[in-house]
Amino acid sequence: MSKRNGKAAKAAPEIPVRMKGAQMIWEAMVREGVRVVYGHPGGAILPAYDALSPYEAEGKLHHVLVRHEQCAAHMADGWARATGEVGVCVATSGPGATNLVTGLATAQMDSVPVVAITGQVPTKLLGTDAFQESDVVGVSAPVCKHNYLVTDVNELPLILKEAFYIAREGRPGVVLVDICKDVQNAEGTFRYDFEIELPGFEPWPNVDLECVRKAAVLINQAERPLVLSGHGVQLARMGHELLALVEKAEIPVVTTLLGTGNIPESHPLSLGMGGMHGEAYANQAVQSCDVLIAVGMRFDDRITGRLDKFAKQAKVIHFELDRAEVGKNIVPDVPVIGDLAETLPALLPLIEERRHQPWLQQLKEWKGETAQTDILNYEVDELIPPYVIRQLWFATHNAPGGPPIIVTDVGQHQMWECQYFTHDHVGQLLTSGGLGTMGFALPAAIGAQMAYPDRLVWAVAGDGGFQMTLQELAVIKQEHNLPVKVAIINNGFLGMVRQWQQFFYDKRYTGTPVWSPDFVQLAAAYQIPALAVTRPDEVGPALEKAIATPGPFLIDFRVKEEVNVYPMVAPGAAVDQLIRRPKPAVMQEYSGVQPSW
Amino acid sequence: MKYTLIAWMRDKPGVLSRVAGMMRRRNFNIDSLQVGHSEAPGISRMTFVVDGNDRMVDQVIQQLRKLVDVTQVENISEQPIVAREMAMVRVATNADTRAEIVQIVNIYRGEIVDVALDSMIVQIVGSEDRVASLVDLLDNFGILEMVRTGPVAMARGRLERSRRRGTAVWRAQADGRDAVSTERFKTGGV
Ligand SMILES: Cc1ncc(C[n+]2csc(CCOP(=O)(O)OP(=O)(O)O)c2C)c(N)n1
Ligand SMILES: [Mg+2]
Repeated sequence: MSKRNGKAAKAAPEIPVRMKGAQMIWEAMVREGVRVVYGHPGGAILPAYDALSPYEAEGKLHHVLVRHEQCAAHMADGWARATGEVGVCVATSGPGATNLVTGLATAQMDSVPVVAITGQVPTKLLGTDAFQESDVVGVSAPVCKHNYLVTDVNELPLILKEAFYIAREGRPGVVLVDICKDVQNAEGTFRYDFEIELPGFEPWPNVDLECVRKAAVLINQAERPLVLSGHGVQLARMGHELLALVEKAEIPVVTTLLGTGNIPESHPLSLGMGGMHGEAYANQAVQSCDVLIAVGMRFDDRITGRLDKFAKQAKVIHFELDRAEVGKNIVPDVPVIGDLAETLPALLPLIEERRHQPWLQQLKEWKGETAQTDILNYEVDELIPPYVIRQLWFATHNAPGGPPIIVTDVGQHQMWECQYFTHDHVGQLLTSGGLGTMGFALPAAIGAQMAYPDRLVWAVAGDGGFQMTLQELAVIKQEHNLPVKVAIINNGFLGMVRQWQQFFYDKRYTGTPVWSPDFVQLAAAYQIPALAVTRPDEVGPALEKAIATPGPFLIDFRVKEEVNVYPMVAPGAAVDQLIRRPKPAVMQEYSGVQPSW
Repeated sequence: MKYTLIAWMRDKPGVLSRVAGMMRRRNFNIDSLQVGHSEAPGISRMTFVVDGNDRMVDQVIQQLRKLVDVTQVENISEQPIVAREMAMVRVATNADTRAEIVQIVNIYRGEIVDVALDSMIVQIVGSEDRVASLVDLLDNFGILEMVRTGPVAMARGRLERSRRRGTAVWRAQADGRDAVSTERFKTGGV
């Protein structure tokens, strides 16, 4: 039984029904509560597509035709990130399936539940290098939680049920089911009332309460405690419990990229994101704390920097569901393995009410110092990306219909989004953290928008990444004018790579200048209203116009080109070895007051 | 340091490649890997020898456990175990050396399983060390061909814990029975 979305009632035994394998696919999906599937047809998956038509006609399932299979996976991923439900994508054999791989890897790296269905050549042709055959199970295995090749129609119902179960339970991930074409055409027995029995799959390890007690002792003794929280908090829906905990014991919170918004960023205890582009004070906090409480995160190198210099003063407590992550990069003093939904509530009553004023005072001083160096607080006369992002926050954070969902691509704009947008809600930012996949924003935003038609969804992309998946603008139209808003931070460069070239390769900008089409005209070709913005004073009105316009809207922010993301931890350096913003000679004089933006 | 691990897994095509793929991907160094049937139908048993340190081996074990087809993993490095490997060595012989080789093989309680005019095949079963030491000796005569299985291992003494069995479906498939037969579906709802 599913732990989080437990369907407790025991279904009456089901009378088996004869049907084709192709139909079983969709029948299983309906049982799993799937409403939308993202896919692209082709020869080896045609029987399944044919069987889909009655399900579409009856309004049980809706198929979204993507323009590239990678984006089918990203859309399913965006849907899943936004809802916590399993996202589904479909592709044909060979090139269709291999096209999926980047999207699947993206989801798997970020623990997103996705089920992928691929067609495969008929069983008789397996292994013969048949037309459009590729070893999809082999190709995708390293980027999947699990996968299956189906060669017998009667195994299909069980496999489909296992696939959803494995994708969803425990630490979520990707499961691919590769189904031979003859299996889709064959008739078999369908039922869905069996119990899942997987002796090798332990999604919810038992919690050792003794570890929770040990953790509480350490936390209660701490003078300079710090929470470092990640995606796990969102996955377990434990944002409120985390907040209650840190308020009770007055513990400041740093998040990972995917933990953004775990506690409201405007909360006094929030230090925002840490790591490579985390603010200096957040990283200083990590380096200076005496007890580091890691919650639902995996000590990725982007958060730790140089491992042997990481949080050296701290005793480390690691709350984590996936046992394999505990001790992988950092060996904790107290490992607390198990579902955060069990361990955090168990921890809370054991935590004493404490105040840590000297520690918070210290952090406040560091924060002040950061505000004077790294954070762009200056009046601007040029269009710089941080300003655009800040304005985006102003324009959207009170949106009717709930907090806006921001979906970023990968690059400088992604980091600026983290730094200059105040995320006050869990799961407000959807971004590819683990794999860092350019091209993620637009398709994932489409997925999120379809999950929440009434919420404001913004895709924020770079000029480089946007051009990797811009063909999906067509989906926005074909899906009846989805109200996805697109902001392109157009800096004429693969900005993040250019920044590295500036810092580490003597400004040799090889392969990083990007020519772009006129995005406004491009949007026009897709019949999407659009604006170009070149001056700071146009930003606010443009955003308002975009939001006020029903349906989609695209803004091409033609920003200043060579702007850098500060601070930065050079790869392989300790997280307190930061490259800071040079003093603002090029900017207007620092006014010393909070910026007008 | 070398560690001996045993993993039990579903006996199904592709499982070995999943395990091997994971080990390669995570950059674990496998010294040897041996796979065969276990006492439970539908479950095969793999013996690994990995080279590394405690932390790495812990990771190997945790990552193996995450594979859905792997039902159980045990580190028996610290326990008293019986570990044996088998080797077959085709060694060059001539009239002068043959007797001496036979003598050496006897001391090692090996067997000569094939004889040709200018060579013979020596078979030995024993601990890794014993096999290695015989191989070293035979090397002086010229080894023409060799195969070593790598060790398989079992903990000595009483079996502490019962092993996890496979499911009815796995057993049925292992026996070549119809996996769709009613036993695969435990009705009663979800
Ligand atoms: C698919 C893919 N290819 C390459 C990269 C490496 N990479 C990371 S950021 C970046 C630059 C992105 O440029 P752009 O989309 O214009 O965003 P900017 O950094 O300028 O904001 C590149 C090439 C990547 N992350 N993903
Ligand atoms: Mg760019």
